[in-house]
Amino acid sequence: MAVPSVAVQSRPSMLSRLSESRNALGLGFMLPAAALLLVFLTYPLGLGVWLGFTDARIGRPGIFIGIENYEYLWSDAVFWLSVFNTLLYTISASILKFVLGLWLALILNQNLPFKSFFRAIVLLPWVVPTVLSAIAFWWIYDSQFSILSWALMEMGLIEHRINFLGDPENARASVIAANVWRGIPFVAITLLAGLQTIPQSLYEAATLDGASRWQLFRYVTLPLLTPIIAITMTFSVLFTFTDFQLIYVLTRGGPVNATHLMATLSFQRGISGGQLGEGAAIAVAMIPFLLAAILFSYFGLQRRKWQQGGGD
Amino acid sequence: MAAITKTKRQELDEGGMGYLQSLPRRVVTVYLPLLVFVIVLLFPFYWMTITAVKPNLEMTDYANFNPFWVVHPTLEHIRYLLFETSYPGWLLNTIIISTAATFLSLLASVFAAYAIERLRFSGSRQVGLAIFLAYLVPPSILFIPLSVMVFNLGLYDTPFALILTYPTFLVPFCTWLLMGYFRSIPFELEECALIDGASRWQILSKIVLPLSVPGLISAGIFAFTLSWNEFIYALTFIQSSENKTVPVGVLTELVRSDVYEWGALMAGALIGSLPVVVLYSFFVEHYVSSMTGAVKE
Repeated sequence: MAVPSVAVQSRPSMLSRLSESRNALGLGFMLPAAALLLVFLTYPLGLGVWLGFTDARIGRPGIFIGIENYEYLWSDAVFWLSVFNTLLYTISASILKFVLGLWLALILNQNLPFKSFFRAIVLLPWVVPTVLSAIAFWWIYDSQFSILSWALMEMGLIEHRINFLGDPENARASVIAANVWRGIPFVAITLLAGLQTIPQSLYEAATLDGASRWQLFRYVTLPLLTPIIAITMTFSVLFTFTDFQLIYVLTRGGPVNATHLMATLSFQRGISGGQLGEGAAIAVAMIPFLLAAILFSYFGLQRRKWQQGGGD
Repeated sequence: MAAITKTKRQELDEGGMGYLQSLPRRVVTVYLPLLVFVIVLLFPFYWMTITAVKPNLEMTDYANFNPFWVVHPTLEHIRYLLFETSYPGWLLNTIIISTAATFLSLLASVFAAYAIERLRFSGSRQVGLAIFLAYLVPPSILFIPLSVMVFNLGLYDTPFALILTYPTFLVPFCTWLLMGYFRSIPFELEECALIDGASRWQILSKIVLPLSVPGLISAGIFAFTLSWNEFIYALTFIQSSENKTVPVGVLTELVRSDVYEWGALMAGALIGSLPVVVLYSFFVEHYVSSMTGAVKE
């Protein structure tokens, strides 16, 4: 009986001391987020690396088998094809997204009638769930009733229907086009936000100095936009590299693995095929590429600091 | 006359040096490309909508009917979708899961962002960086270990599997966004409250949160949309038809092996897109500014 009463007496001072300490309070405030992230993000990340070294299957906790999964993947032509596809997909889609997105941002930055209306509708492809818009693309790319084939045939540009998703080369081009379609709004709107922070007076000054339109873009817009381009493109590259939904809907990696990305191959082997260990190993193999992208972003941020006159 | 030229003058000023360009030049460099962009970006939605109301007869008969238009619009596909499939159930699941995950993430993010940005406990900078890095961890490398965890925790095929895993990408995102927002609230307000004897909890609930309602709304809408659109976790962790979310349900249940119900598929895609589109249309003006707020470091 005596013990609780002591506790009750000492509690207020203890609490007030705690509520004044930044560190204790900070710890308490961080607790919910930290718990969620440690349990469902950090731990699975470690578990994934561990699974890559085991022969786990669905319903059977595997045993440690060293780097056998990686040795197998090293000699697996499909895996290397998926790496090639992922790089091709990421590089070509990112370049297209950047060029078209920047172009669209420059257009939207002009003084246009119905400016906010255009901004709103341009965002649509990015807002709508990827899977659902991918289903629309699936129908657009249909081998028999493709509206694109029909329109091109009506215009007399092609003789036969295009087999969009059945032919390896066409399938690659088609999924890249769908990805670019979906990614342009994000790039454009983020770059537009960056463009709006550039003061008009700089353009006026440059014009007075006799700069041409290209020089205005090259020596005023581009340098001031570089930091935001670095961040935007890092995110864009990251999400394109780890893309899964679009491929899963449109081709499931076919035809003959021509559009398999590392993420879809990891799903096919790990979940559909039940080889959790091998799937996890493929996922882990993506990490070095992601780290490279993050480092790129980091140096992009550094440059920003330097441009703003901050320390190194 | 003078007044008209003056307003015209002001309009021109807003466009910076746009008035230096002649109209034909603007048509070629601005309006024409914009038109092409808008058509390309919107065409899939138009195609989705037109297919959703097109009778099956017209859908495949390109010889007699122009595919770009619909002669006898029908609600048959939508009726089929709503009354003969589990679609309403998927919608309900998606709403419940997205709302729960959004609330959970916002709650955790508000505390975390406030602690990092304003309490400035020792190591808060490192924690802020860690949160940023956590945002860069993509679901595609987490779904296999998470599926093992979900199974071992007995959450497989329940909504909780998704409600608890969506915060892995929502919390970093919301925290990052809210940190930017809290930074814009003047320190002096909090100092005044501290001098008046307010506790940290009172400051957060009575000063910071009411001031950051726009930030909370934008973080909430982003989080809701991200959970609504999520696919890979929902595909991996949910097995039974009645527990599926809209994106997974439309893709796995409406697509049968041989016959594609394109009308119903497009209706499903359209109805599944509407809620997020409506949310955004209320919000699009905030969008550009909150994007800059989140990107600025």
